[in-house]
Amino acid sequence: MSTTQIKFYQVGSFAVGNRLLREDERSVQSDPERTNALTSGHRACQGCGEALGARYALDAAMRATNDQLIAVNATGCLEVFSTPYPESSWRVAWLHSLFGNAPAVATGVAAALKAKGNHTTRVVAQGGDGATVDIGFGALSGMFERNDDVLYICYDNEAYMNTGVQRSGATPPAARTATTQAVGAKPGNVFGQGKYLPKIAMAHDIPYVATATIADLRDLEAKVERAMTMHGSRYLHVLVPCPLGWGSASCDTIKIARLATQSGLFPVFEAINGEVVASSKIRKKVSVEEYLKLQTRYSHLFSPQRNDEVIDHLQRIADKNIERYELMGE
Amino acid sequence: MLRQVEGSKAVADAVAACAPEVICAYPISPQTHIVEGLSALVKDGSLKNCEFINVESEFAAMSVAIGASATGARTYTATASQGLLYMIEAVYNASGLGLPIVMTVANRAIGGPINIWNDHSDSMSQRDCGWLQLYAENNQEAVDLHIQAFRIAEEMSIPVMVCMDGFILTHAYEQVDIPTREEVETFLPPFTPRQHLDPADPVSIGAMVGPESFTEVKYLAHQRMIDSLRKVQEVADDFERHFGRKTGGQLRSYRTEGADTVVLALGSVIGTLKDVVDELQLDGHSIGLVGLTSFRPFPFHALAEALKGAKRVVILEKAFSTGTGGIVTQDVVRAIEGMGIKDFTVIAGLGGRPITIASLREYLTNAMQENVERITFLDLETETIEKELSKERALR
Repeated sequence: MSTTQIKFYQVGSFAVGNRLLREDERSVQSDPERTNALTSGHRACQGCGEALGARYALDAAMRATNDQLIAVNATGCLEVFSTPYPESSWRVAWLHSLFGNAPAVATGVAAALKAKGNHTTRVVAQGGDGATVDIGFGALSGMFERNDDVLYICYDNEAYMNTGVQRSGATPPAARTATTQAVGAKPGNVFGQGKYLPKIAMAHDIPYVATATIADLRDLEAKVERAMTMHGSRYLHVLVPCPLGWGSASCDTIKIARLATQSGLFPVFEAINGEVVASSKIRKKVSVEEYLKLQTRYSHLFSPQRNDEVIDHLQRIADKNIERYELMGE
Repeated sequence: MLRQVEGSKAVADAVAACAPEVICAYPISPQTHIVEGLSALVKDGSLKNCEFINVESEFAAMSVAIGASATGARTYTATASQGLLYMIEAVYNASGLGLPIVMTVANRAIGGPINIWNDHSDSMSQRDCGWLQLYAENNQEAVDLHIQAFRIAEEMSIPVMVCMDGFILTHAYEQVDIPTREEVETFLPPFTPRQHLDPADPVSIGAMVGPESFTEVKYLAHQRMIDSLRKVQEVADDFERHFGRKTGGQLRSYRTEGADTVVLALGSVIGTLKDVVDELQLDGHSIGLVGLTSFRPFPFHALAEALKGAKRVVILEKAFSTGTGGIVTQDVVRAIEGMGIKDFTVIAGLGGRPITIASLREYLTNAMQENVERITFLDLETETIEKELSKERALR
């Protein structure tokens, strides 16, 4: 696959810019013959980041495997909005079992394929952050430890959105959720150590760990395609803003994802065999405030009065990420 | 060919003869020897085209089994006790998705207090989970039931638990005939799943079903379970034709002709009870025995037939419903409704307490005269209980 650096965000989209690229360099979504693995008609909210991320990720995986793909899904928004019986939005062999077992189910699928001597069909598992960092964490760690041949994709919207926006282990500090309300002396989520799964995944020394956001869909596609060139356990952590849970405008989903990366709050990087090998540089650094202000889950930081202590704390987290993952340009 | 082997080893070899494609397991006593045996068979290459997955929990074991079975692989796992409880969510999911997984339950008590020895409280807790439950009387039957289980499961598209008493059977050395792969092949055809994950024909499995269809989905599962009762018998009959052994099936009567009292039990205690029945008959008592192989589906009709003419039935159970009593009893009572048969329940062997011939003889001698409570806990230390109860009650 070509690794030509694309300078313009819109280049290669379905709408514009394809004429600037060679045909084989064009994005999966720019191909009218794309599989639409997650096709239209599903019941996701307007501006759903997860639906967008899953569509790009799965279509990319389909192209990379020549449509020889089986997808396993954890319980969550993605499962609920895509398969209200008797309808299904999946144009891929798809299995949903439970909330906490998608990695193990995917292991079983991969084992069955191997036992049957099927070396062409590949396996993707997907789930939200709750399924990934909380209830399915043991199963995911087990899958990593055995290095089972599965690409696991976490669509991280930083809380349990399907059940009504409760806190998950991936909810950032200070964020308001239904179970960390903006009340009391310390409103919003607690400041803990956080549970940052990409690093935990890297600690398993699996072949590939990467993060991505729906603000850079070309990057997301490329990472899925790269992951599918490898075998063993691979982990892709995709930031997918949730208008409902984050209290943001539906039209701002991609903008917010971009601000998350440009502030340094969400580092975008790749790691091979447990070592970071590349990170997406910040093009135009913004303060965390610009990111926070678009989301009512952080409104208690700005009114009735500004909470500088917390905002500064969040800025320090972003600055630390910038340093740790070398996010500023060369 | 008869071999003197440990029950677990015999089961491992029998499962291997069924050519499973995916085996996944998490170790728990007394299941361990079974999966150790299978892991060795996969590792040394004698069980080919099979993946053995060492998982990080029983929940993962059943989940791996779900993924493998949904991909069309013949799938096996084994567990016991706490392990079965730990996987319950996936146990229900497997039956809900109609996946023909076969699982051995090496029956063991459930804590607390923690106890590793045999009783039936683990599998009985899964009475309503939508799996078939077949109970082995001895290690030969354990071997045979596993071979039958794969065929029943795959023909009905329902998962099957083969329950064998932990330690009493799993760790006992007995003479057992284990059919070879070639012999099993003539009885158990290759697995053809009803539907499976296939990129060439992509289906969505595990959709969300709302109130408009959920009852129908569950009713179908209910009917499938009822229909499987006939399949259990058919497969046992066909097994007898192939291997010349009468094992499995719904239930088996032992010396019940004209018996006033019939004892009903599941699992290895049937062996002890046969001796007791022999002794009591020698002493001139009118007593017989029914061994229940298929607890789920429950053979209401066959049991009513087997108990016809009896005056009373004594149900021996190795588990009970706290505050209520016998579990199997509830179904037996329904089976004999209107037949004028009295029912008595004896709870025995909890947490591995030996069920002795002496205790059974004493209890049954009284039961035959209806000189027992409706529910008796065999060999209960009444003195200790009374002391504890009065202490506790004084504190309330």
